[in-house]
Amino acid sequence: MKKEEQEKNDLGKAFFRKFNKEDGDEPKEKKNFWQSISIPALAILTGLLIGAILIVLTSPRVYEAFAQGFLTGIGTAFNEVYVSYKALLTGAFGDIGKIISALQSGTPHQIRVAINPILESLVVSTPYILTGLAVALGFRAGLFNIGVEGQLFIGAACATFVGYSIKGLPGFIHMPLALLAGMAGGAFWGFIPGFLKAKTGGHEVINTIMMNYIAFRLTEWLLTGPMTRQGAGSMPVSPVIEKSAEIPQFFPSPIRFHLGFFMALAAAWLIWWLLFKTTWGLNLRTVGTNPRAAKYAGLSTVKTTIMGMSLSGALAGMAGAVQTLAINRSMAIGLSSGYGFDSIALALIGNNHPLGVVLSSLLFGSLRNGATRMMVVSRIPIDIVSVIQAIILMLVAAPGIIQAIYHLKDLKTGDNKVFLSGWGGKA
Amino acid sequence: MSKSTHAIQHKQITEVSKPRRYGMAAVEIGIALLIFFAFALNISPDNKTNFVMTPGGITQGVMKDLILPSRLTLIVMAALALIIGLVQLFKGFQKRTNLMVGLTGFLLIMSFLVWQGAGQSLNLGGMLTSAVLLAVPITLAAFAGILSERCGIVNIAIEGMMLFAAMTGTVVGSLTDSLILGVLGAIVGALALAAIHAMLSIKYKINQTISGTVINIFSAGITAYVSQKFLQVNETINTPPMFGRAPIPLLSDIPFIGPILFNTNIFVYLLLIILVILQFALFSTRWGLRLRSVGEHPKAADTLGINVNRLRWMGVLLSGAIAGLAGAFFTLGSVGRFEEGMTAGKGFIGIAAMIFGNWNPIGSLGAGLLFGFADAIGSKLSILGSGIPTQFMAMAPYLITMIVLAGFIGKGQAPAAAGTPYDKE
Repeated sequence: MKKEEQEKNDLGKAFFRKFNKEDGDEPKEKKNFWQSISIPALAILTGLLIGAILIVLTSPRVYEAFAQGFLTGIGTAFNEVYVSYKALLTGAFGDIGKIISALQSGTPHQIRVAINPILESLVVSTPYILTGLAVALGFRAGLFNIGVEGQLFIGAACATFVGYSIKGLPGFIHMPLALLAGMAGGAFWGFIPGFLKAKTGGHEVINTIMMNYIAFRLTEWLLTGPMTRQGAGSMPVSPVIEKSAEIPQFFPSPIRFHLGFFMALAAAWLIWWLLFKTTWGLNLRTVGTNPRAAKYAGLSTVKTTIMGMSLSGALAGMAGAVQTLAINRSMAIGLSSGYGFDSIALALIGNNHPLGVVLSSLLFGSLRNGATRMMVVSRIPIDIVSVIQAIILMLVAAPGIIQAIYHLKDLKTGDNKVFLSGWGGKA
Repeated sequence: MSKSTHAIQHKQITEVSKPRRYGMAAVEIGIALLIFFAFALNISPDNKTNFVMTPGGITQGVMKDLILPSRLTLIVMAALALIIGLVQLFKGFQKRTNLMVGLTGFLLIMSFLVWQGAGQSLNLGGMLTSAVLLAVPITLAAFAGILSERCGIVNIAIEGMMLFAAMTGTVVGSLTDSLILGVLGAIVGALALAAIHAMLSIKYKINQTISGTVINIFSAGITAYVSQKFLQVNETINTPPMFGRAPIPLLSDIPFIGPILFNTNIFVYLLLIILVILQFALFSTRWGLRLRSVGEHPKAADTLGINVNRLRWMGVLLSGAIAGLAGAFFTLGSVGRFEEGMTAGKGFIGIAAMIFGNWNPIGSLGAGLLFGFADAIGSKLSILGSGIPTQFMAMAPYLITMIVLAGFIGKGQAPAAAGTPYDKE
């Protein structure tokens, strides 16, 4: 009681404690940590459950079984879910039995084949980590970057261009150069809406969506015109990049695990450091959470907005660059499969924290990779992952629903509130 | 009530700030110069452009071909754009600034056609017919946006609602073999998603853009899932009946306008009817005033005894119903089957049209038509065999939107409370 009174007296101190929540190391904060974990965990569980219900509801075999009898129906329903989710798991993390026997046999080749699903999950996660970081960084600055898809396209195009047009450079120069070109392209594509937001108040949500479509048309034109590969047939595709521009893969084909994964982790660490260990990051977060306070403190919203969007774009551009330089090795029109919206979900599920983004990206990268196998085994379309993702995002964004479902007491859910301005540019 | 009316009237723009005025003037004068130097001077003086004014296969409301001297027409158009730009520069158009930018955009498109058609014949009637059809989903999406944003709920889920509605419309239409039930199925599908959006953003007060994102992801996922699992396997549930062309007696005999507006798809008529109703309901009824007051100043509205959240629910659900109609257009009005991702961002472009049209139904229709026109040209351009990449023409609407946005939104034409949940304290 007394302590509380003291805190009330010292409002400034209380404010600062609240403000620097991330660095707090009191036991109370630890409890909050577990409480803030419980919402995402329950959300993921619920999402997977609803996915199972969807599988059962859309399976003709279950209906046939129910026609034979109630118990057969229930049995088939559980069997259907079991088979599908087992395929999902082995697709994502490999078959445990196979991994053990491969480890016992001791031949490197067999071990590599056995653990390939895990490695492939990491490969699939890589672009999600980078695009998720891009969105999270934007949210931290109070900006909603829906333009990740377009920035990724532009980044990929720039990286590809540098990758195939420059010849005769050594790898340790050419590859970073192509990567930087991709980041620069993405940064430029993010800079434009950032600049417009800061200088004219044009809302970034609309502007980034418009920039997406401009990027699609632009790359379409590039790939059918200036950047097209001669004699490639009807599908527009760019020339193949030089060997020296490739991001190396660690193992022989078909294992695609590549250096880009570690680059993504490094980027996550860097963003964490920038956000939470530098003055620049503190300013950015202040502008993001409380623009009015930032203004009184004399921080420049204009600079932060432009920098935030550019850096966010650079991360998205890096995702495009990594994907082309490490995996595709050339650019085709059907490059991206909805990273733009997925990354928003991943950033929010990860509470806009770099570590959270990495974890949620790993989860969904694995789910997506596993779903490919699930599609082969039990003919369940891969898009079920999107449905599950949407449900998890909904539950994470509205913890009230989880509390209602599981009869939880009012939880302190950490600060997963996102502060965004309305169309008019007002807070 | 007088207080909230006051608040709304206060928001009308009376002045456009100087840098914005100059910016718009620069764009308009730039377009004038482009028309003059890139188009007018680029053709031989005695070329003629032959505009065919009646779409192919039409016998009612026929109009004679319009033959224009290409260069002279282009010079006149450039002069018009220049005059608009100069007036903008020295005097400013205040409230009509958006309209004038739109008009200049229209001049740009028309001059482009005159230039491309120099020495050839071009079916303008057919192009406008397809432009109107292409404008239907964009404009309906804009209407959906208006209904929701006017009551203070940002709705970027229109795209997802449309896609989902397109699918439910197909399935219901195919199973019942009924057009009306198909449309109802589409509307119910979109309403379900709208209810989720309303629940998340009104009851749980989560960020409205995030709630919209949830619905967009969900809709893209579930439609692809159902499509792969059922629609592609069993074609009988993906062959709905379709609305054909339905000429309106007398009106369809009007030359030029008749074939384009009154001898076309029923959805075009629906669009015009909704336009009239919406315009009237929003600006001339007590309900409309209340809805807008909830979007502008919910606290004031609440003080005056208006149930803020009820009106917001109503606005979002109506928005969903119109988005459902837009979705039905895709499967029952134009394509005749469901395809994955078939809305192709039209919902987002609709939101852009809404902003372009100042959250006003008539303005949004104008913007929708402009976007539709640019779309129609984009698809016709390859047939014309022009040297200009079609992609650049297709970019024009997005660029125009960004320019308009940069010029106007900062002045706060948007409903003031759009995006903020209402907390009754």
